[in-house]
Amino acid sequence: MQTVQRSSPPLLSVEGITKSFFGVRVLHGVSFELWPGEALGLLGENGSGKSTSMNILGGVHQPDGGRMSLGGVPYAPQSPREASRAGIAFIHQELNLFPNLSIEENLFITDFPKRSGVPFIDRRWMRKRARELLAEVDLDLPPTRLVGNLAQGERQLVEIAKALHADAKVLILDEPTTSLTRREVERLFAIVNRLKSRGVGIIFISHALEDVMHVCERMTVLRDGAVVGTDLRERLSLPGIISMMVGRSIDAIYPERSTGPREEVALRVRNLTQRGVANNISFDIRTGEVVGLSGLMGSGRSELARLIFGLDPLDSGTIEVAGTRLERPGPKASMAAGLAFLTEDRRNEGLLMDASIVDNIGLTFLKRFKVGPGVISGKALNTTAAELARMVHLSTDRVQETLAKHLSGGNQQKVVIAKWLLRRPKVFILDEPTRGIDVGAKQEVYRIINRLVEEGGAVFLISSEIEEVMGLSDRILTINKGEITGAFERSGFDREAILAAAMAPVGPKREAYA
Amino acid sequence: MLVSEAVSRKAEREASRSKWKAAASVVLSEYLVLALCVLYTLVMIPVVPEIATVEVWQNILSDMMPLLIVSLGQTIVLIIAGIDLSVTAIISMASVVGASIMTQSDGYLSGPLAAPAAMAAMLLVGAGIGLLNGLSITRLNMPAFVVTLATTTFFGGCAIWYTTFHSTTTSIYDLPDMFISIGDRDIAGIPIAVIVAVTAALIVHGVLAYTILGRWLYAVGKNPRTAYVSGVPVRTTVMAAFVLSGMLAALASIVYTARLQTGTPILGERILLDVVGAVVIGGTSLFGGKGKVIWTVFGVLFLVLIDTTLKLLGASLFAIYVIKGSVILAAALLDTLRTRYLGVR
Repeated sequence: MQTVQRSSPPLLSVEGITKSFFGVRVLHGVSFELWPGEALGLLGENGSGKSTSMNILGGVHQPDGGRMSLGGVPYAPQSPREASRAGIAFIHQELNLFPNLSIEENLFITDFPKRSGVPFIDRRWMRKRARELLAEVDLDLPPTRLVGNLAQGERQLVEIAKALHADAKVLILDEPTTSLTRREVERLFAIVNRLKSRGVGIIFISHALEDVMHVCERMTVLRDGAVVGTDLRERLSLPGIISMMVGRSIDAIYPERSTGPREEVALRVRNLTQRGVANNISFDIRTGEVVGLSGLMGSGRSELARLIFGLDPLDSGTIEVAGTRLERPGPKASMAAGLAFLTEDRRNEGLLMDASIVDNIGLTFLKRFKVGPGVISGKALNTTAAELARMVHLSTDRVQETLAKHLSGGNQQKVVIAKWLLRRPKVFILDEPTRGIDVGAKQEVYRIINRLVEEGGAVFLISSEIEEVMGLSDRILTINKGEITGAFERSGFDREAILAAAMAPVGPKREAYA
Repeated sequence: MLVSEAVSRKAEREASRSKWKAAASVVLSEYLVLALCVLYTLVMIPVVPEIATVEVWQNILSDMMPLLIVSLGQTIVLIIAGIDLSVTAIISMASVVGASIMTQSDGYLSGPLAAPAAMAAMLLVGAGIGLLNGLSITRLNMPAFVVTLATTTFFGGCAIWYTTFHSTTTSIYDLPDMFISIGDRDIAGIPIAVIVAVTAALIVHGVLAYTILGRWLYAVGKNPRTAYVSGVPVRTTVMAAFVLSGMLAALASIVYTARLQTGTPILGERILLDVVGAVVIGGTSLFGGKGKVIWTVFGVLFLVLIDTTLKLLGASLFAIYVIKGSVILAAALLDTLRTRYLGVR
């Protein structure tokens, strides 16, 4: 481990923090330091101890051992409130804003400015201060706007403004770029840099390694609850970081496939149109083929997937699965025809978080375990679910006892995949299958995709990571504003060209529509 | 010194944690409520010695049966994160409709078929009102609370109005003996009401534990969105829950009406609190996705037990209400604690 010589004392120092939950030790002495004005990338797979470390820093949990100091004085927050008073601002992946309140109300939710002497809110002062704070994060919006009407990136900036209002010395950003468009990410980076120049220390947690490399001067890599290394950006490489994270070197991120596309068409989409969402979209996916869909945030990529699976109504167009036309759209009919759909919203649409792994897996195809009129065999279901869990390399085999919410993100995603594999789908639509999951789990998802197509399935892959789409697809379609703007064969994959096509202006037809 | 201090502090923490865990496992046990029933009975023996007699327990059992049947339906509805406030109106409506058909003083039917036909009509009333609830909730996207509050008010009124066409008093009398026997006869020493209730409980348990519909009910209660995306017919499932609840309320109405030997529109008026209370005391979550028939059986037992002992003590009606209300509040609080703080559902 490299130590960097510095003259000034660190802003935050964390020394030998240990923590156990129910007798299981999850942190084995985590140590790192953060200097004012720097961004430290905190990297590690799910379950490596990042969240627990940050929850200790943020006062959510108390450590069993070790010590922390902030600005030279001992720091041991007993609650999130104490942590934020001490100057730690934790911006969670799931933002903690009230969508039904305005921006200014969210900014001042914990300390509404009062008129002196009377218990009324000083709206005027609040609005003025809110404007200042919004200006600091480059957010040109009226403070009275409801947070529910803001885009994800804007909400995040409101959270940062809130941290500025609390005069945060340390800003923890947990997966800040996952749900942002590229432009929003750039704006976020500009603000991070501005905060750095003002002496704020930033801890940046993300699975998007490129983003971390871009914005952080130093990285600390965690594995299994311990720090495996801390070093300057210049001395680290992407493959190096990945092997530190997983504890072995990963030679090929995208595993090879042994088969290619066949002749027969698995999914035929013709003239799919829904006003404002999809405009006259036609394409085929053949059996044994992976077709990637690349597009920017808001391009209509997820909406297209939802249209095909029947979650949203269609204005016109036809969908055929293995030659059979889908007459009545809806998840049930789509599933009966052989479609499966992995949603990008794992927590709210993909899983029953409070149900066991078995109950989650069985949900898509309970009929398969029928032994009498409406009666199912729980035993058969348990056996099959356990088999599927092994097949997707789930971390636990206690499929009846373990609830989905107790699994890591990667394992949760494997459960979602398993529940669709139960139906042996002919066409599997995967919307952001690797979002928010770690490198090791990503690779396993890739293997499952390969196995699926090798065994005669077809995959429609939607991902915001262009490398992923390029690494897995036989063919790539690009989408912008609900129109297909380009098609690329594997031999002609070119990052720049695909990106350009994804941003290409859409045709005059479109204007006629609007 | 520092080390020993740290060690002792750690030991302390560990000890408090294991204590906390032990406490949690008791609170979370399926049989907590049954254990409380036993404990309560033992504590009450010195105060009300009658509680140790067979006759009192026969009474408790017979009081439990109709309440249990309604509570079974409520359990199903709470599992889908709904609530059915219309059960009392269903009981009343079914009671007067059934009685008007089979009453020997100028009923619609007479002869041996009158009673079975009346019972079928009663179940139909329950299913019909349940279907209306289900349709309003799934098709018009209204909250179950409001819908069933409206139907309970509406049909509560209808029941009284309907009675005025068939009787000059508030009730319809002269029910056939065949029907009344449900309330007071035994088969092989077991009261018919007990047989009816136990059969209903076993069927509902079977549906919840072993059928596709059962899995759908829990899934819809846990997350209707995920259930829909996974191909679960969410609307049908919600509708089934309310129809079943309506039919079970009607079945309870049969038992109540037979016991009272009259059809009356105020039959169910006071039991709403008991029904929701018993189910929640049992441990079925108001937040949906969690519930079992056996829990509800224990919940009903607990509530009837309290009721009976308080009556034996000669407590006034308002005292009984105050105490029952407190117990139900405590149960709801426990449910919230379990859900929110222990993260167990």
